[in-house]
Parts: sequence; structure tokens; C-alpha cells
Amino acid sequence: MSNANREAPPSAGRAGIKRELPEHFRDYRHVWVFIELERGEVHPVSFELLGEGRKLADKLGIQLAGIVLGPPCEATQHAVAEAFAYGADLVYLVEAPLLADYRNEPFTKAMTDLVNTHKPEILLLGATTLGRDLAGSVATTLLTGLTADCTELDVDVDGSLAATRPTFGGSLLCTIYTLNYRPQMATVRPRVMAMPPRTDKPVGRVIRHKLSMTEEEIITKVLGFNLDRQSAKANLAYADIVVAGGLGLGSAENLQLVKNLARAIGAEYGCSRPLVQKGWMPADRQVGQTGKTIRPKLYIAAGISGAIQHRVGVEGADLIVAINTDPNAPIFEFAHLGIVTDAIRFLPALTEAFTRRLSPHSHDKLAS
Amino acid sequence: MHIVICIKQVPDSAQIRVHPVTNTIMRQGVPTIINPYDLFALEEALKLRGAHGGEVTVLTMGPPMAEDALRKALTYGADRAVLLTDRCFAGSDTLATSFALSRAIVRIAETFGAPDIVFAGKQTIDGDTAQVGPGIAKRLGLLQFTYVAKIDSIDVDAREITVKRRSEGGTQMLKSRLPCLITMLEGTNEIRRGSLDDAMRAARSQIVKWSAAEAGIEDLNKCGLRGSPTVVKRVFAPTTKAEKATQIDMTDKTQHDLADELIAAIFTRQPALEHELAFDGGQ
Ligand SMILES: Cc1cc2nc3c(=O)[nH]c(=O)nc-3n(C[C@H](O)[C@H](O)[C@H](O)COP(=O)(O)OP(=O)(O)OC[C@H]3O[C@@H](n4cnc5c(N)ncnc54)[C@H](O)[C@@H]3O)c2cc1C
Ligand SMILES: Cc1cc2nc3c(=O)[nH]c(=O)nc-3n(C[C@H](O)[C@H](O)[C@H](O)COP(=O)(O)OP(=O)(O)OC[C@H]3O[C@@H](n4cnc5c(N)ncnc54)[C@H](O)[C@@H]3O)c2cc1C
Repeated sequence: MSNANREAPPSAGRAGIKRELPEHFRDYRHVWVFIELERGEVHPVSFELLGEGRKLADKLGIQLAGIVLGPPCEATQHAVAEAFAYGADLVYLVEAPLLADYRNEPFTKAMTDLVNTHKPEILLLGATTLGRDLAGSVATTLLTGLTADCTELDVDVDGSLAATRPTFGGSLLCTIYTLNYRPQMATVRPRVMAMPPRTDKPVGRVIRHKLSMTEEEIITKVLGFNLDRQSAKANLAYADIVVAGGLGLGSAENLQLVKNLARAIGAEYGCSRPLVQKGWMPADRQVGQTGKTIRPKLYIAAGISGAIQHRVGVEGADLIVAINTDPNAPIFEFAHLGIVTDAIRFLPALTEAFTRRLSPHSHDKLAS
Repeated sequence: MHIVICIKQVPDSAQIRVHPVTNTIMRQGVPTIINPYDLFALEEALKLRGAHGGEVTVLTMGPPMAEDALRKALTYGADRAVLLTDRCFAGSDTLATSFALSRAIVRIAETFGAPDIVFAGKQTIDGDTAQVGPGIAKRLGLLQFTYVAKIDSIDVDAREITVKRRSEGGTQMLKSRLPCLITMLEGTNEIRRGSLDDAMRAARSQIVKWSAAEAGIEDLNKCGLRGSPTVVKRVFAPTTKAEKATQIDMTDKTQHDLADELIAAIFTRQPALEHELAFDGGQ
């Protein structure tokens, strides 16, 4: 009940007041980042979290560890190596055949056993389908706090993790603490944090841990896995260039103008939420707080007003270009380049101009 | 088959204000709805009842007015509704919420029969954590399947279930056992329009209301603010960027001139892009 509840004035002794950390939590140290390995690949959000974890660990003067759970194979070893390359000081590794596919039971067991043995102060996971499934189970098993979908992580003067996330509909932010429990857990969505630089480093200290579970103890069995069709898979979050359309385009047919431009410049295309709600675009194309967070080098928004929920998903772009008929549209508050014009007329002109400029024969054409 | 479905009453819009002094949320006056994601789970529960027989119990924890959400669920066709309401639940975070709900489900099991499946929504539109489902599953020792796109089969007698679960790059097919907790993905189905009979029955139905004590919750230290390890310390508005967009001057220009000028401005600011585009783009 929650909101209604959080609504009640905080009772004395709670919100904001730091009590003494109970004795048995005092030796919890170090920052852990869960390295999400699924079907042989590390999810890039893990590296983004290592970047954030590095900053937290440095501020606190403690170590940063990567947590790798996987089957005995090359991909798992590769994940260990990559954790070091992206900044981990050490890696905790649980290698067992039953960790081949993600299943809640063995992953929760492996993670909670690790935490109870090695006692981290902070534990970060990606807010992916895997990470959210695992984080909720782990936090409940450990009876500790878990802050969801953080957009900013910092360390307070007293050393607590200050985890900031959007509240209701994204118009406000709130900072949440887990004061009297350990570890302090948080999830972060892909692309919300910047990718840290990768440096080739030798594999450092790897601490192995056994999984005390057998296949017979696991009730859930994996029958199979259907990879998403490539064509259906929108790789928006990690695209270098994204072109998106909003309600200003007026009709589902006009979205073709967005797709045409995207195709001409090798971009992914996306949209604002109302277009998904109208059924004009599939949900995995939605950009924003409840859709994808993107960090492209170039983001072109056509007919999008720039509501806060849209803004938080695109602010990480290097260059934002807004095309909108309304000179007072909020998108011009955070875009870098703006054009006040009718997108329906302008998009075809822009597509053509890009094609002309980028075509390998453009010089010949100019010459002729 | 007995199915319990957890629903949450949420504000209908993002128009929520924050109390300037207490930093807490004020939702007085904002209309409420059933969390939209929960409707996919409710419809799935009703479909399973149609196929396998049995009963659907809806459960919510909330203030007395959350009864409205339960009545609505009854009009869609749920058989029974339980409202868990007590001042001691005020300020619950996800750990305390899942504790209270899991105790209520134990009570439901004792009173109306053990559930075969507990459903929850993928997430809510207000708290938006997706943590309560896994929390309930862990507390009750239920097998957990989040982001379920489809329930392929259920064999009530053999206690078997197979589901398709969304994962990052595809769909997992899992086989497991009842009882379990499932959170349904959005867009898996569409909530039915309740029948007239259901509407009339809903109007007549008694909603079961339990306080903490009536739900068998003894340890109040696990409830509400006291049972919540997380603390909201600060609520604030995001800082606005000082610099506004540089506008491309429109005067006396054709769309073509404008397009060329915009492209030039883009490449001036991001010189590396032109190079990359010349190689990758334009196919
Ligand atoms: C809880 C919650 C979560 C949300 N999550 C998201 C999210 O993840 N992503 C998201 O995008 N939204 C989200 N929203 C919705 C968000 O609040 C806005 O409603 C939405 O982003 C508006 O979409 P839009 O800009 O396409 O439409 P509008 O706000 O209607 O804007 C249309 C714009 O097009 C311009 N225009 C009109 N005609 C033309 C033309 N011919 N050429 C050029 N411009 C034109 C108009 O001037 C206007 O600025 C969320 C809302 C809530 C409450
Ligand atoms: C701005 C804000 C931020 C918050 N951030 C956090 C946070 O980071 N971590 C944290 O632990 N708590 C947080 N909370 C508290 C949290 O919202 C409440 O604990 C809430 O009761 C449940 O969380 P949820 O709304 O995120 O539900 P989710 O976990 O998203 O809900 C999933 C499903 O669980 C079921 N469910 C959830 N609540 C109920 C209920 N009351 N009755 C019946 N079924 C229910 C529904 O089926 C729902 O679809 C936050 C609250 C606010 C107001």
C-alpha cells in the first residue's frame, strides 16, 4: 500500500535518521557488481555498472568486485577477464554446469551464499529481465533494501549509498537509502550510466566459490530457448544514431518518413509512448522512462514535445536534434539543435540531403 | 484450481504532488485505477479458471478506498476479494509489502484453500519496482516465473506447468511445478468486459477485510515503515539545463536549404559522425 503509506508522515525514528548500523553488519565491505552472463554473452549494463561501482569504491576507499555466475566454459572465463578490463579489482566466481541457463533457484542460491560468505557493502545489478528477477529474490532472502531503476548513485557523507530514482511518472526524483541493513542493493537500467573505457588488464584475483546445489534439487527445467528474430529485435538502447517520431507526425503512415530517414543513415528508429499506445509502433521501439533509455551519438526527434518521461530516456545522447512546429515545445529546452518546421515536409528533405551527401558518387554527381 | 491474484490500486495520472515538508506523496483528489499491468494477470487467471475450473481470489493491500479496485476486479469476474488494510502497513517498501501480502496469502490458503498459482503484475505504474512479485514468491517458497509471455500448459493433477518467459535476447521455455508465482508480461491478452451477471454479483459481494491481526500477522516489526529497510530521504525536481537549443534560422529558406544547413551543423558538432556515416550509412 505503499504510496498511501509512504504518504503518511514518517514516524519518529525512521526516514532520514541514521541509527547505528547493527554490529553484525559492520564488517560488510566492498562494492559488488553482478556480471550478467546469459547465453554466452555479458550484458553491457554490467560494464556500465562497473564504471559506477568504480567511482563508489574509490570514494569509499574500498574494492570493486565483479560477480560472475556461469557454467564452466570459455564464455565464463571471458566474462571474468572483461570484468577486470572494465575496472574490477577482483572477481568472485561460481562456476557450475547448472548455471548454464538462467533459472531463479540456482542463481539466487549462488548469489545469496556469496553475499553471506563475503559480505559486500553495496550490491549492484542491471535492471534487465534477468537482473530484476534475481535482485528481488536475493534482497528478500537477505531481508535487505533494494532500490529499483536508479538514475544516479552516490556516496553520502556518512558513507551510505544514496540511490536516486524517478518517482511517479518521472516528474520528480527521490533519493533512497538502506541505512540499517547490508548489503545496500540497487538496480540500474541499461544505458542509464555511461560505458566506462575498457583497458586491457591481466586477470587479477579470482575467488572461487562452490555452488552447494545439485540439478536434482532444482525443480524448474529449461526446455528450450527461442532467439528473437533479428528483424524483430530493436537494438535501440545501444544504437549510435536514433531517429524517433511522435504524435506530431499525425498518422501511422507518416512514420514511414522516420523509417526512411533511419534507413538512409543506418540508424535505429523509435517513438514516443503515445504511438505505442495507439498501436502505431511495437512497444520495444518506445523511448523514455518506461521504454528504452538511449545514449546515441545523434538523436533526431520529429514531432515529439519532450515530456519529462521522454526526456529522461534521451538526455544521455551526445547530440539531440529536435524538429517541431511549436517554438515553445519543451524539447527545445534540452535539445542541442532545433528546427521549427513541419516534420512531415522536412523529413523527406533531410533524408534526401543526407543521401546526397553520403552517397559515394555524390562528388561525381556534383561534377556532372 | 485456486488462483490468487495480487492487484494494486494506483493513481490514474502522473499528477501527484509531494508534501513540501514531509517529502511524502499526496494523492488526495487523484482518481485511482487498477494497476494496468495487473489486468493482464487477472485476465490470465480468469482464462485459466475457464479452462480448468476453480476460483479466482483477488487480493490487495491498501487503504480502505482500495475496495474500489477490488469491486472492479469482481465485475471482471473474480470470485472473491480480500482487502488487507491496517494503519500499521503505512510506509511499506517492497520488502514489507511482500511480507504482508505473503501472510495474507497464507491466511487465504487456510480459509479458502491453498492456491495453485499466485499471479502478480509485471510492475506497477507508480512504485514501478517489479520487486513485489519475487518478494512474495521467496517468502512463500513458491517457484517464480517473471515476465511470462504465455502459459503453454497446466496439468493440475500432475502439478506441472510449462511457460514461455521473456528474457533479454529471446524467450525461455520452462517446465516446472505448481504451486508457483507468475508475473505476466503486458500485451499478453486483453481484459474481458465483465458480464452483467458479474456486475450484479460484484455489487452484492462482501469484500473480505482483514486487519494485520486478522490476517495472522503478529510481528508488526516486519510491517510498514518499521519493516522497511529502505528510507526515502529526499524528493526533488530535476535540475533544468541552462542552455536551450540552437535554432536553425528559417528565414527565406527552402526545406532543402534547411536540410543541408542542419546536416552541416550536425557534422560541425560531431565531426566523427560524418566519417562513420560515409562508411556505414546510406545502404
Ligand atoms: C508514468 C508515465 C510514463 C511515461 N513514459 C513515457 C516514455 O517512456 N516515453 C515517452 O515518450 N512518453 C512517456 N510518457 C508520456 C509523456 O508524458 C508524453 O505524454 C509523451 O511523451 C508525449 O508524446 P509526444 O511528444 O509524441 O506527443 P505530444 O506531447 O502530443 O507532442 C507532439 C508534438 O508534436 C509537435 N507537432 C505537431 N505537428 C507537428 C508537425 N507537423 N511537425 C513537427 N512537429 C509537430 C507539437 O508541437 C508537439 O510538441 C509517460 C507518461 C507517464 C504518465
Ligand atoms: C517514489 C517511490 C519510489 C519507491 N522506490 C522503492 C524502491 O526503490 N524500493 C522499494 O523497496 N520500495 C520502493 N517504494 C515503495 C514501493 O512502491 C511500495 O512498497 C509498494 O507497496 C510496492 O512496490 P511497487 O509499487 O513498486 O510494486 P511492484 O513490485 O512494481 O508490483 C508488482 C506487482 O506486485 C503486486 N503488488 C504490488 N503492490 C501491491 C499491493 N499493495 N497489494 C497487492 N498487490 C500488490 C501487483 O500485482 C503488482 O503488479 C517506492 C515508493 C515510491 C512512492
